[in-house]
Amino acid sequence: MTGAPPIDPLDPAEVEVARPYLAGASAARLRRTVVLATAAVSLLPLLIISFLYYDQYERSLHAEAAQSMSRQVTNNKRALEFFLMERRSALSFMVRDRSFAELCDVKTLPLLMRHMNDAFALGSFADLGLIDSGGKQLCYTGPYDLKGRDYHDQDWFYRVSRRGVFISDTFLGYRQSPHFAIAIKHERENGDYYILRATVNAEVLAEQILTAGLSPDDDVFLVNKDGVLQSPSRRYGGVLQTIPIPIPRATNEVRVLEQADERHRSVVIACVQIADSPFILVYIRPQIRSQGAGLSLPRLLLFLLVSIFFILVVIFWGSRQFVANLRAHSLKRAELMHKVEYANKLATIGRLAASVAHEINNPLAIINEKAGLLEDIVKLQSEFPRREKVLGIVDSIKGSVVRCRTITHRLLGFAKRMDVSSEIISLEELLKEVVSFLGKEVEYRNVTVTIDAEPGVPNIESARGELQQVFLNLLNNAEAAVKDGGHIDIRVRTAGERRIAVSITDDGVGIPKENLERIFEPFFTTKEGSGTGLGLSITYGIVQKLGGEIAVQSEIGNGACFTVLLPVRRG
Amino acid sequence: MATLRVLFVDDEEELVSTVVERLELRGIAATGVVSGEAALALIEEQPFDVVVLDVRMPGLGGLEVIKRIKQSHPDLAVLLLSGHGAKEDATTGLRLGAFDYLQKPVDLEDLIAVLHRAVAGGQCG
Repeated sequence: MTGAPPIDPLDPAEVEVARPYLAGASAARLRRTVVLATAAVSLLPLLIISFLYYDQYERSLHAEAAQSMSRQVTNNKRALEFFLMERRSALSFMVRDRSFAELCDVKTLPLLMRHMNDAFALGSFADLGLIDSGGKQLCYTGPYDLKGRDYHDQDWFYRVSRRGVFISDTFLGYRQSPHFAIAIKHERENGDYYILRATVNAEVLAEQILTAGLSPDDDVFLVNKDGVLQSPSRRYGGVLQTIPIPIPRATNEVRVLEQADERHRSVVIACVQIADSPFILVYIRPQIRSQGAGLSLPRLLLFLLVSIFFILVVIFWGSRQFVANLRAHSLKRAELMHKVEYANKLATIGRLAASVAHEINNPLAIINEKAGLLEDIVKLQSEFPRREKVLGIVDSIKGSVVRCRTITHRLLGFAKRMDVSSEIISLEELLKEVVSFLGKEVEYRNVTVTIDAEPGVPNIESARGELQQVFLNLLNNAEAAVKDGGHIDIRVRTAGERRIAVSITDDGVGIPKENLERIFEPFFTTKEGSGTGLGLSITYGIVQKLGGEIAVQSEIGNGACFTVLLPVRRG
Repeated sequence: MATLRVLFVDDEEELVSTVVERLELRGIAATGVVSGEAALALIEEQPFDVVVLDVRMPGLGGLEVIKRIKQSHPDLAVLLLSGHGAKEDATTGLRLGAFDYLQKPVDLEDLIAVLHRAVAGGQCG
């Protein structure tokens, strides 16, 4: 044994490497989890709120549309009811104004019809007829010769006889032109009755429908309860066509509802029953898509997409930062753990060394004294046989004791210097000591190690154990880098007033340029399989802790030079 | 100069006997004991010029022994032998009144030189 404890910081057997930092795969997994979780909690509420908002918006839009349709339908209902009422009233007036006999006169009905049509600017009666209770047309004025027709088996005749007033569906009739009839029953004093019946062309009815304010897609028309058109429809064609969609049951109140049209497109239908008539007013409007100033679906989608894009960008960026930070943190922790572990290991070895040294010291003292006594005895007797030989043996024993003593003293010194406390240190002495730690290996390999200290370099205040570790690591690396017979030069120089520079230069293999930047990173190693990649990072950490700096210069094939700058005073 | 009377105290009997014999060969009246208790007892029985005391001993340690010696015989010179790196013990010993301390293992000639200095110093003091 020639030197200090053989601690090789680059030997994986010496420093167990548990790697608690985030390795690539688990970092990626963590990042994925973070991205998904963050995206879920940020995007879900956004999507829900957007959906609710859009839904609400659509609803209010629908409500508004429904209201406008309802208004339109109500206005039309009023107009149509007024139109029908006007004509009923006219007929009512006629039967009351004229006696049965007068009405039966051939001249009366044409006269009345002319007056009526003059009075009603908008709609005119197409014809006018007087029918007796037997269903026979007694008198007729109009474009066709219908006098004498018998209507007693017709539905409208039956109805008007029972109810007094009747407005018919639109029908083609004898004249093959769409029209509808208004009939009024009048009781005579003799208990008999007669009926005044007028027909109105369907076109006239259609003209009564207000179409102001309708968009091109809107359709307003009249149908009967069987879905037969009573006025032309933009969608479904002319009068008397049957519309292909079911019409909701109409009441006197306007009903607005959504349903699918014949092409399965969603439409809004408003409908109302025109009072005392078979007519149902229908207003069909294609499903309202929000348009114009409001938040239309495309706009909402665009807004959402842009928001989601930015959120995702932020999440991806943030999670990358987060994971990178975590990883850096974890690396730092691992490094620290290793440093602590390493220091503990050194301290343990130090304690072991100290106790061994103590135990050996006592028998060593006895050997020394016994050899001394033997020497005394031999020296006192000039006649001692083979005196010179014995004295030579004694010298040899004493020399060996001195060597042993050097070793034990060094061991004890090493143990003691594991403490981190500051003390005044001569760098030259310290470096000599560390070089002696390198041991026989250097000698066997014929590596020359020189220490060149500038005269008058001041002692520094620093932690001895830590400095030993720093230089031991650097020297071990240098030793590993040089070939047999290589050189390691250590130079100690002042650097400015307050700092000392220690440079360790070797003529070894050198470090490739791309590795120079990474050389102090934890777990960076070029010794595949044998290095922990911790030696230089620990060194770097210690130098930092001591308030110093470490730098490296190297070229491949031209060796390497590590320079450690240390403050003269600590802190 | 009168014969130097030295009491050598160490728990290693082999060491004690050898050192005593070597000192005697050099004309020093050396006595050896292997414990602090024995040393204190012997001081009461016969006079010594110097006591050489190992710091680490089972039972009464060197520092305790020097404390007691300095109480009963303040003028008696005491020399401490400490293990390497036990600087603290040595400084404590010096504070307690030791003349000097030497690190083990000690070269005999060095020891004798210090012994002479101790007596001379003691006489001066």
